[in-house]
Amino acid sequence: MSYIIDRRENSKNKSAVNRQRFLDRYKKHIKKAVSDAVDARSITDVERGEEVTIAGDDISEPVFQHGSGGRRTVVHPGNKEFVTGDRIQRPSGGSGGGGAGDASDSGEGDDDFVFQLTQDEFLEFLFDDLALPNLTKRHLKGNFSFKYEHAGFTNYGVPAKLSVLRSLKQAKARRIALCGNSRKLLAAAIEKLEEAEAKGDELGAFRLTDEIELLEKRIKRVPFLDTIDLRYKMHIKRPVPTSQAVMFCLMDVSGSMDQSIKDMAKRFYLLLYMFLKRHYEKTDIVFIRHHTVAKEVEEQEFFYSRETGGTVVSSALRLMTEIIDDRYSPNEWNIYGAQASDGDNWNDDSPTCSKLLREKLLPMVQYFAYVEITKRSHQALWREYDQLADEFPESFAQRHIQKVADIFPVFHDLFHKKDAA
Amino acid sequence: MSRKSSKLLSEGSDWTFELIEIYDREIGRIAHTFGLDTYPNQIEVIRSDQMMDAYSSIGMPVGYNHWSFGKHFVDVERNYQRGLMGLAYEIVINSNPCIAYLMEENSMTMQALVIAHACYGHNSFFKGNYLFRTWTDASAIIDYLVFAKKYISDSEERYGSQAVEEILDSCHALMNYGVDRYKRPHPISAEEEKRRQVERAEYVQRNLNTLWRTIPQTKQAGDDEEERFPKEPQENLLYFIEKNAPLLEPWQREIVRIVRKVAQYFYPQRQTQVMNEGWASFWHYTLLNQLYDEGLVNDGFMLEFLASHTAVMFQPSYDHPGYRGINPYALGFAMYSDLRRICENPTDEDRSWFPDFAGGNWLEVLPGAMRDFKDESFILQFLSPKVMRDLKLFGVVDDDKESDIEVSAIHDSDGYRRVRELLASQYNLGDQEPNIQVVRVDLTGDRSLTLQHCQHERRPLGSTTEDVLKHLHRLWGFPVRLESLWQDEVVETTSCPKIEEQTAA
Repeated sequence: MSYIIDRRENSKNKSAVNRQRFLDRYKKHIKKAVSDAVDARSITDVERGEEVTIAGDDISEPVFQHGSGGRRTVVHPGNKEFVTGDRIQRPSGGSGGGGAGDASDSGEGDDDFVFQLTQDEFLEFLFDDLALPNLTKRHLKGNFSFKYEHAGFTNYGVPAKLSVLRSLKQAKARRIALCGNSRKLLAAAIEKLEEAEAKGDELGAFRLTDEIELLEKRIKRVPFLDTIDLRYKMHIKRPVPTSQAVMFCLMDVSGSMDQSIKDMAKRFYLLLYMFLKRHYEKTDIVFIRHHTVAKEVEEQEFFYSRETGGTVVSSALRLMTEIIDDRYSPNEWNIYGAQASDGDNWNDDSPTCSKLLREKLLPMVQYFAYVEITKRSHQALWREYDQLADEFPESFAQRHIQKVADIFPVFHDLFHKKDAA
Repeated sequence: MSRKSSKLLSEGSDWTFELIEIYDREIGRIAHTFGLDTYPNQIEVIRSDQMMDAYSSIGMPVGYNHWSFGKHFVDVERNYQRGLMGLAYEIVINSNPCIAYLMEENSMTMQALVIAHACYGHNSFFKGNYLFRTWTDASAIIDYLVFAKKYISDSEERYGSQAVEEILDSCHALMNYGVDRYKRPHPISAEEEKRRQVERAEYVQRNLNTLWRTIPQTKQAGDDEEERFPKEPQENLLYFIEKNAPLLEPWQREIVRIVRKVAQYFYPQRQTQVMNEGWASFWHYTLLNQLYDEGLVNDGFMLEFLASHTAVMFQPSYDHPGYRGINPYALGFAMYSDLRRICENPTDEDRSWFPDFAGGNWLEVLPGAMRDFKDESFILQFLSPKVMRDLKLFGVVDDDKESDIEVSAIHDSDGYRRVRELLASQYNLGDQEPNIQVVRVDLTGDRSLTLQHCQHERRPLGSTTEDVLKHLHRLWGFPVRLESLWQDEVVETTSCPKIEEQTAA
């Protein structure tokens, strides 16, 4: 007797708990592998997880077992040339031939343990102790978008929202309430009329006919549908936290920015993009590149085409303001800006930049980060921005990156979870 | 031709639930005519990721949570995704009803193969073999595992998952030493366990107190020589700890017990790998061939079946890059097939080697060779010269006192018996695992626990010994010492905490 059961619909991920425990246990190792991996990624390449290696020693589950040495006898299959009493040189590497039998008992042996993190897990570890700045504050300010939700029925409304079913129900109830009595009398009168006609009581019949007419009229006077029956569907506006973000990537592409600086900038943008993507349902990216004039471009062009010429940073900031006015209303979008540059700017332009930021951009954005990728000393732009950082500690920050290895620490620093205090 | 094809159970490789039912009925019918006695079958169709789940919980259909299963899962998943490893086509669980998993991705032929292999082969082995009959209780295991899972998750809630994990880690390290090798354990039952668990906790705690009494007792005359505890060496380390470790809380003891019970449940499987797989393979081969002979399946079915059958039965030779020791499927299948041949077409050699049953009725001889043996004794009894010749078995001795490895016996008339003995001892768990027993507890002094390892063929303990002792030390709570003995002399001592640290403190 057999029973056949289809278990395919059973819940997935029966091992999820165990997998999670395993990850928790080796958090330290995994975090290191993750932050190493960040330095070797391209911006579009966020759709995969990461391979993590843990040394065999750290992860083994020890059991009592025999070590090498002593006298051991093993039976092997596939003899071709040996006869009893043959002596063979011990294979180099000690446990070569003789150890083959052991390998199967001890499983992984001393090899490193390698496994794959899913993308989610990868990001989980990557952004483990990071948080978006100003997120809560922005919500408290009431910057919500709204969603209409069905919320029962109401007596007043526009015809478009009339609920026919509800209204008819209401009308029927009213009709029953108002005519119930008359109908009862009517039914009785009809009965009596029949009796009277049967008896031949003409006078009685005449009186009853009158009564019936009167009752029927009364019933007719109750309208089928009255204005007080009408019911409308009610919708209320419910605030929902804004769940879309736009990220502005601003980069200087003037002659002084070489490919290695751009690569570093790109990695920084990658991190920011992955981070925002985790927090918002929808994340847009706008790439703005500039030399003396700014231009909105596609990703490929943003990172790889080269231009020469001077540098006017304010052109990019101005374009950003325009795009925000045009497409991304601060009420609906969480706006993040990230600017990367080698610090060069037209000298007269730096005050304009800081003015633009102070007066127009910073009140609109959630956060604006400036990273300067240079090995030289800071120039006018940095100093201007320094003042901004003092004035807007909540929404503006600037950091300095010298080499690739700085990127993640700087990013980490910018978005480090601040204490609730 | 048209008459024959009308008898076919199916054509094409897609399976349906109706087809599985039909195949199961036919295979079951044939199995019955061969006299296979089985538990009822519960055939479950699952997806490949569910198969990986089943894999990583070491075949327990209901497993408690532990990181090591997660590690196992992660490993399986990675190897599978990279195509390094195909998933096993089936997993079968020794329970009543016998649960077998079929994978959704398999073709109809593979499903039929798995049904024959697992639902009739393994199933009849579980029901028939003496080890399974005496050591496991198929009808209670699922309930017990459910109890264990709940107990462990309750403990995690009460005492924190960290604390539970530590105990489990330590127990897992000693899991192979949590089995009674000779004493028949009581069958486990979840209800009984629940009922008695509180009672037991109290009892153990009370008994411990008498053992660890700190108030000096008035000595009686003639009691001078110190009483030895335990009176006899104890091989079941986990049992000893469960009953005697001084510092464990009752819930910790219960967890030790759970791991012990699970180890005990799997113990017969570890001792009957060759037999179990051999028996199941022999029957899937026989049953499916019978299907073909009756004209119920077509040539395409048989070709697909034989292709995967041969792949599983492949035994690479010792110098093959894929050699990982002897393939239990290959050895077991060869032996059972050869037993049938000895019964049906005995040669003179067979008559002199197996006078008892050469030329006998294979339908009686084979079940006997399944019922009353474990791998070691099965090989010792039934490995025929022909199988040794076919597999070209040879034994080598690797002695670290000699400069060379010596070929001690090969598959010739002088070597048959020797090779057979060597191979049998290779499947003797007693030889394969270091022989470690509890010999002494210092009741009046520092409460230290002393274990002895009796070396087999001068083989020392491996490098993991210290780590395992740390786990043992965690459970015992006081110093733990392990002495390695060769010919009754202590050749090596390991202890935890290390001696130097102790004196320094």
